[in-house]
Amino acid sequence: MTTVLFDVPGPRARVRHRLLAVVGIAAIVAFLGYVIWRFIDTGQFEGRKWSWIEYKQIQISLVEALGRTLSAFAVGAALALVFGAVFAAARLSDHRWVSAPAAVVVELFRAIPLVIMMFFFYYGLPATGVKLTAFTSVVLSLMLYNGSVLAEVFRAGINSLPKGQAEAAYALGMRKTQVMVFVLLPQALRAMMPTIISQLVVLLKDTALGFLITFEELLYWGRQIGGQLQFGRPLIPTMIVVAATYIGLCLLLTWFANYLEKRNRRNKKVIALENDKAELVVIGNDHQA
Amino acid sequence: MGVLTRNLDLFVAHFGETLRLFAFSAVISLLAGVFLAMLRVSPVPVFRGVGTLYVTVVRNTPLTLVFVFFVFAYPYLEIIKFEFFTAAVVALSIYTSAFVCEVVRSGINTVPVGQAEASRALGLTFTQMLGSIVLPQAMRSVVPPMVSTFIALLKNTTVAAGFSVREAGAIRDALSEAGESTLVGMLWVAGIFVLLVLPLTFLQRVLEKRWSVAR
Repeated sequence: MTTVLFDVPGPRARVRHRLLAVVGIAAIVAFLGYVIWRFIDTGQFEGRKWSWIEYKQIQISLVEALGRTLSAFAVGAALALVFGAVFAAARLSDHRWVSAPAAVVVELFRAIPLVIMMFFFYYGLPATGVKLTAFTSVVLSLMLYNGSVLAEVFRAGINSLPKGQAEAAYALGMRKTQVMVFVLLPQALRAMMPTIISQLVVLLKDTALGFLITFEELLYWGRQIGGQLQFGRPLIPTMIVVAATYIGLCLLLTWFANYLEKRNRRNKKVIALENDKAELVVIGNDHQA
Repeated sequence: MGVLTRNLDLFVAHFGETLRLFAFSAVISLLAGVFLAMLRVSPVPVFRGVGTLYVTVVRNTPLTLVFVFFVFAYPYLEIIKFEFFTAAVVALSIYTSAFVCEVVRSGINTVPVGQAEASRALGLTFTQMLGSIVLPQAMRSVVPPMVSTFIALLKNTTVAAGFSVREAGAIRDALSEAGESTLVGMLWVAGIFVLLVLPLTFLQRVLEKRWSVAR
């Protein structure tokens, strides 16, 4: 394998790499061994700390918590996509009085931390008489933040298309909306799909911030069960389960993004972008090469 | 305005803590991230594997989960005791270093292989090649996304509010104890964050525009 930094190794370098590999494996094994020893020494793998898995009630509560995480994700993602599409369209508008406020909104919500937004909705708003549930606060914050990021993604996607696409469509007599809906959007969406999905991974991870405003999602569940004395406070076992679930869900989404990207690459109708010749954007239909 | 001026000490103290949290985590995650990137581009497969595993696991874990682990679960392992501030720095650094690693790695990968081959052909040593050929070019594509990563870190410090660190996110608690309006307080906090983040965003865009043209 040739990388920028290293040439193809010769016989001496290969010996050196092998030595380094042995030292590296030894260091990693030592580190992991120490961590696992700490786990065993403090009894994290004892049957008692894992016995909660056998209780039907706890299994049901786990599924319910996972359901709340997923529904916050689903609702948040749907709202964020709509918000993103609306504000991207507004920012791309030819009318200054539409695009300027949209730009302010998008920049503002990208700069405010999600936690602060959630606190604002959940703890701040009741003072005005508007009482939101934890779920609504989480979903609204996710929509505002990720929607603003997605608006920028959409806008960048549409701006990255060659000018000729829009010009040709106008020359054919299409109206502004038609150009956007039939010509620009389909191409931009295809090119932007991997980026959109990785933003959705971020959104999924951000649902865990609901923990801070007592939204009873997966992480909250882990902390609840993990604090129960009758199972010997199995916080580490429940955290292992929760982490594995999150990582699994995110990897599934990432895998899907990679799959789409690969499918795009296989497509033969490729055009070079005008601002960056190295980046290729795929246009055309679903026929695969 | 009243909420801010009456509690100016509180705001200053808490935002000071936010910046302290940011500074510590930024330095540590920068060092750790560069080290991880070195692992990921090294010619030894085991090192690459470890780097990839770390990045994959950490990037797909919510930051809040990392916090819960280090604040609530980690003490059960009875290794070294952390204070809340240290635990927050550890959690933020572990999380951010994975992103720093990816930025550095993709920056190095944007340098064409021919550049390094040409410098080797000229007889440059590894350090010379790294210092005068690869890094100056990689820097251009590393710095703008690195600024974005640090903006994210600055905003992520607010998660520590839920874990007993008295930083900007925790201003709400202090205000509601003092009987002040948390609504107005939160608006001020949000406003100050906008003031902190917008110049950085602007800097990132300027760098991106200027340097992407030059390449």
